[in-house]
Amino acid sequence: MQVPILKQRDYLIASIQSALTDADLLRLRDDLVEQVGRYRSRGVIVDVTVLDVMDSFAVRTLSSLAHMIKLRGAETVIVGIQPDVAFAMVQLGLTLSSVATALDLEEGLVYLDSRAKPGTGTKRGR
Amino acid sequence: MARGGDQDREQRRASNQPTADLLSELVAHLRENRTQLREEWVRRITESRLLTAMTKDEIFAEATSVFDNYVEVLETGSVEALQAYARNLSERIIPRGVETHEVVGIVLLLRDVLARSLFKKYQADFGLLNRVLDAYEPAANRIANTVAVGFVQERERIIRQQQEAIRELSTPVLQVRERLLILPIIGIVDSQRARQLTEQLLRGIRANRAKVVVMDITGVPSVDSTVANHLVQTVEASRLLGATVIVTGLSPEIAQTLVTIGVDLTKMNTVGDLQGGIEEAERLLGYKVLSMGDGPSQVDRVE
Amino acid sequence: MDAELRVPIAADADIVTARQEGRRLASHLDFSPSDLTVISAAISELARNIVEYAGSGEVHVRLVEKGGRRGVAITAADNGPGIADISLAMQDGYSTSGSLGLGLPGAKRLMDEFEIHTAVGKGTRVVMRKWAR
Repeated sequence: MQVPILKQRDYLIASIQSALTDADLLRLRDDLVEQVGRYRSRGVIVDVTVLDVMDSFAVRTLSSLAHMIKLRGAETVIVGIQPDVAFAMVQLGLTLSSVATALDLEEGLVYLDSRAKPGTGTKRGR
Repeated sequence: MARGGDQDREQRRASNQPTADLLSELVAHLRENRTQLREEWVRRITESRLLTAMTKDEIFAEATSVFDNYVEVLETGSVEALQAYARNLSERIIPRGVETHEVVGIVLLLRDVLARSLFKKYQADFGLLNRVLDAYEPAANRIANTVAVGFVQERERIIRQQQEAIRELSTPVLQVRERLLILPIIGIVDSQRARQLTEQLLRGIRANRAKVVVMDITGVPSVDSTVANHLVQTVEASRLLGATVIVTGLSPEIAQTLVTIGVDLTKMNTVGDLQGGIEEAERLLGYKVLSMGDGPSQVDRVE
Repeated sequence: MDAELRVPIAADADIVTARQEGRRLASHLDFSPSDLTVISAAISELARNIVEYAGSGEVHVRLVEKGGRRGVAITAADNGPGIADISLAMQDGYSTSGSLGLGLPGAKRLMDEFEIHTAVGKGTRVVMRKWAR
């Protein structure tokens, strides 16, 4: 199941539509890394609203995704983590500590805007 | 003479009868006399002033079900159906205020009513009566046990549920401004309550699209390391939903507990008191407080 | 309603099946949504270990009852190489390399009961139980 990736301005938005196998997640990561390079994107949003569970593999893969994308000069933000999923994650010790997170797509864009253009607007980031 | 012979034959027959046969014989007897045994039982229940929370019709209806289930257990030897019925019955009568001693009482009364009936039937043959009771008693006791235990377990489950509901009511998540939530925690926090708190807060963050949460623990006297861990988890989980948590009212004691479990307090956003926390929150959200001379301070959103 | 389910594990996609079916079964009991997520994640970790280290095996999820409480028992079994050093596997660590049992220590903390039976060359069996509140 390939995850659709949309291009919006300088950003790439990957909206996960259904449960992903390990292979799907890895493919998503590689697709995003490739496209960030191709389009010179400055930010990536991965929307995980639909996921009802995030285990250690998912967290590892998203972390490495953010890391690889950073190496290409872009920011990543994960959005849409469900309350119950977030609670289960921290109880399992999976805090996604090295990756930015936001409530939803809208907040994700706000975050990327604030990172991409430092100094504009007085709105403080996190 | 003939009668004596008959009796001898009966006795010989009876002494060779295995338990299973005896059981099915007495089950048949109980079924045959169902109506009057049931009536006798309901009479005794009323006499003993049990199940006063229920109407006569209700008692009769439940008595019928219990009686039939009782006989079925004697017949099949399996308590599964009875267990399910006991749970179901308990669920219905507990909210009506029926108590444990009443449930145990009526089951024991039924046991007695049926036992008396057996005495009457087999009174001519003491040996046979003994064998019948040998078959009946263990089964009857198992039934009483099953119903009583089922009732008590259901009661405990309901109590746990009620405790949870009370905990939920005692921790409101307040929306004070746009994107800002306040969570004042008061009183002893145990593990259960901490979990509930976290779940409520996270749902609140999502529902209110909060970006900052001020979690005030001034009213919490102390926490153990388990609960301290929960507090840290609350902060971490909130971050996953894009919200920053400012912890206010951290007593030196609780700060010490956090340090002991390895929390780097410099990484946690803490402010002395609630008011300070709210101001810090507003600062994070981009609000700026303007004061006009001696008048009340005015809060203006800065874009 | 079936009180148990078995999912053969041989590939990636089976991990998803096992955790979704397991979650569905557990949802018949009085678990909170985040408990269900934890159960789902635990099944995921166990199933993944089977795929990665044994190639194939089975996840067995059952509804159980003890002392009036109801809960779920999850068994993950395989005939793989077995784990040589359990204590190493159960170490808490968040490395990004795929070390065995990365998800296991966390899952163990959250389950009420946890047993692991393994020996080199004899396969591995992990049993976890969680009781509904």
